[in-house]
Amino acid sequence: MTLHAITVLGHDRPGIIAETTEVLAALGLNLEDSTMTLLRGHFAMTLVCAGDAAAGEVEAALAPLTAAGTLTVTVREVPPEPTPAATGTSWVLTVHGGDRPGIVSAVVGEVAHVGGNITDLTTRLAGDLYLLVAEIDLPADTDVEAVAAAIRAAADALGVGATLRPAEADEL
Amino acid sequence: MSDELVSSWTESRLGVEGRVLDVVRAPAAVLATLGEVVDPSARSTVQLAADLVATMRVSPGCVGLAAPQVGVSARVFCVDVSAHPKTRGHHGTFVLCNAEVVEASRNERAREGCMSVPDLTGDVKRATRLVVRGQLPGTAEEVVLTAEAFEARALQHEIDHCSGLLFLDRAAGAHAIHPRKTYL
Repeated sequence: MTLHAITVLGHDRPGIIAETTEVLAALGLNLEDSTMTLLRGHFAMTLVCAGDAAAGEVEAALAPLTAAGTLTVTVREVPPEPTPAATGTSWVLTVHGGDRPGIVSAVVGEVAHVGGNITDLTTRLAGDLYLLVAEIDLPADTDVEAVAAAIRAAADALGVGATLRPAEADEL
Repeated sequence: MSDELVSSWTESRLGVEGRVLDVVRAPAAVLATLGEVVDPSARSTVQLAADLVATMRVSPGCVGLAAPQVGVSARVFCVDVSAHPKTRGHHGTFVLCNAEVVEASRNERAREGCMSVPDLTGDVKRATRLVVRGQLPGTAEEVVLTAEAFEARALQHEIDHCSGLLFLDRAAGAHAIHPRKTYL
């Protein structure tokens, strides 16, 4: 069994997911994790799927998607990743303010500095408003208030605001 | 008693004509600034209260408006959820000064928008049962009101504005922000 990481990027239109998954199903590939969104109107999808087909075979089968020249497809074999042990704490970070270069790098640099790991990230530019929302795992021994202060200081220096709050999971 | 006082309140009590003001949009600094505590009986506060109601009235779908949204860094907001389909109980139109949450319980997640963030919506967890303390503009009477469901959400959203917070600061996660699909 092989894992493939597949990306499909480009001009959005109805049917891209249907066509992609039809090809993958025909090759006997099983879709595991996937994510798709529109980034400034561009279709952007990443899939990890498992099966016996070789990467070249998958790429060839998906080639018709790229025929019109508006979509690019990549297929890469990837190793299985162990599920990380959940030893730390989970947080949600919001940063928003006037758009300017360097907001993401300055703020997430403070997260990386303490060994924090971003597990999900969305950024949006809406008019002049730049917005970042990140889900972050911090190591168990992290001084969270110090990290929050460092993030706020980095945000202040760029004239944007930042809030860090616990990610709430309701156990049912 | 406070609930009845708030329910019976109308903007005609202010005795001044409200003006329709421009609504500012993020990233305006005033939206990220902690609002000043106000004197509820000051003439400027009464005028601001009337202006907020007047601006809310002419804004399609608007169920609440806070002073920072009209460029004034003050702890004043108006709410009127009476015509909204998600509303259960409500207190009609009212303005509160220096409001604070006293009790909050029964959290639920729902999608919110904001006139100051016109292009995005977000999923935010908020209390559906809420007790808020504040003062009425003009008379400065202190009121404690109990709100539920959509009115409770609107109150928390407006109180956040008065604290320099947007719904974006409460987004439930990285996939909780959405480009707006319909504009009112």
